[in-house]
Amino acid sequence: MSSVEAALADAHRTEWAFVLAATVRVAGDLDLAQECAQEAYVAALETWGTRGVPSSPGAWLTTTARRKALDRIRRDATLQRKLPLLIEPEADQETDEPDTVPDDRLRLVFTCCHPALSPEAQVALTLRLVCGVETAEIARAFLVPEPTMAARITRAKKKIAAARIPYRVPGPDELADRLDPVLTTVHLLFTAGHTSPTGDELMRDDLVDRALDLARTLVALLPREAEARGLLGLLLLTAARRSTRVAEDGRLLRLDEQDRSRWDPAALTEGMRQTAEALTTGGAGRFTLQAAIAGVHAAAPRSSDTDWPRIVRLYDGLLAVWDSPVVALNRAVAVSFVQGPDVALKLVEELEADGRLSSYAYLPATRAHLLRELGRTDEAAISYAVAADLTGNAREREFLLQEARSSRDGVR
Amino acid sequence: MAEYAILIYGDEGQFEQTPEAWAAMMDAHGAFAKAVAEAGVTITGGNALQSAGVATSIRGGSVVTDGPFVETKETLGGFYLVECRDLDQAIAIAKLCPAPAGGVEVRPVQPTG
Repeated sequence: MSSVEAALADAHRTEWAFVLAATVRVAGDLDLAQECAQEAYVAALETWGTRGVPSSPGAWLTTTARRKALDRIRRDATLQRKLPLLIEPEADQETDEPDTVPDDRLRLVFTCCHPALSPEAQVALTLRLVCGVETAEIARAFLVPEPTMAARITRAKKKIAAARIPYRVPGPDELADRLDPVLTTVHLLFTAGHTSPTGDELMRDDLVDRALDLARTLVALLPREAEARGLLGLLLLTAARRSTRVAEDGRLLRLDEQDRSRWDPAALTEGMRQTAEALTTGGAGRFTLQAAIAGVHAAAPRSSDTDWPRIVRLYDGLLAVWDSPVVALNRAVAVSFVQGPDVALKLVEELEADGRLSSYAYLPATRAHLLRELGRTDEAAISYAVAADLTGNAREREFLLQEARSSRDGVR
Repeated sequence: MAEYAILIYGDEGQFEQTPEAWAAMMDAHGAFAKAVAEAGVTITGGNALQSAGVATSIRGGSVVTDGPFVETKETLGGFYLVECRDLDQAIAIAKLCPAPAGGVEVRPVQPTG
């Protein structure tokens, strides 16, 4: 790769959202802005090759893309008639909201993650528009055919224009409500990369990195929002364990089996720092509390050093802000380390009766693990088999079937 | 500015058919209209509809059937047309709209002119 190509690849990764977001303001239309931003990157390859890489590549690309958009609007009468498709707040409203940050990237993020769009559409649009990932790559990452993904993105863009979803940053009074789908989208992106059942390893790494970049950008743009910082902490602490999650034979490793010396120390340190800061900002929400739980695990040099009573307390807090059966299941696991497997098994059985997790493989897997600890190996084998049936991940299924066999053989 | 329809859906079975319930409902809608005006938004149309039980559906131009078009528990009970800046404002207005037996749906009106 030449130095120009390298500079351009870097500018795509770090400046794409900035260039596109600023161009949307001029173009008033997502598709037109996207085309002009792409053309600016093509023009850069040529111009930078002869005149050298400018001192501020982002500013160069933004100016070029915006000029292209203005040219196109001036030349094309039909575009003029159509515009403006994107609704921007009028200038006087802008001054009414002094607390919002004047960065166009936030407008783009909040538009892509508007609650009037489906969660799948939010994720796809964020990858396509905010991260500049090609539709074909997004399709591969989420294991859907490319035309399906293209249609999903087109439909979402159409709704933004037709229903007039505004291109703006929510005011301080709505920020809390509107930030949640944004953080959820970034978390979904990360999870797709971190635990996706199949798919190309490299692409999954890329999704993890994209999610981390987005979380960092959100913290930089909204430094007072504790939950954005909590999400960044959570992603860092989870990503730090990435290389130790799978054994050499491909088997998934539990937290207590992982080689802690191989956890990424830089990611752990930054994750702990962000989490601590999010906790002191106050009003800890679900991402901050999950980060705090990951932080307690990370702080234990050995699995046996884990401060389980503290983890149970954090899960109590998490359940109070987020009544999710998955959280309750994880709390039950923590309880088993404090009060023993019999108490935890009762909690798991309550969750089974509740029925909301009837297709969730980790419920029978947890039940199986607890039964085995209690020496009820035959029942454990059945639960492991049920869990194997429910999981969509080949490696996990293999692991669970193996556990079922060894339980049946009476191994505790 | 754009026109949005706020469609009010609800389970008719849950609605009490008494003069008192009707008066309470009318009061709630009166309060809604007042709140909308205070928000600087204009209501350009709307009405309550009689029950889906007295609806007649027509399909393909010739098949006429008794009852509403779609058999669902929640039926369209009334609607408003409002003039809003964008979807966020329309959602904010729709959240104020009384819909005790169901919910509301916000749809942009298709300009036909």
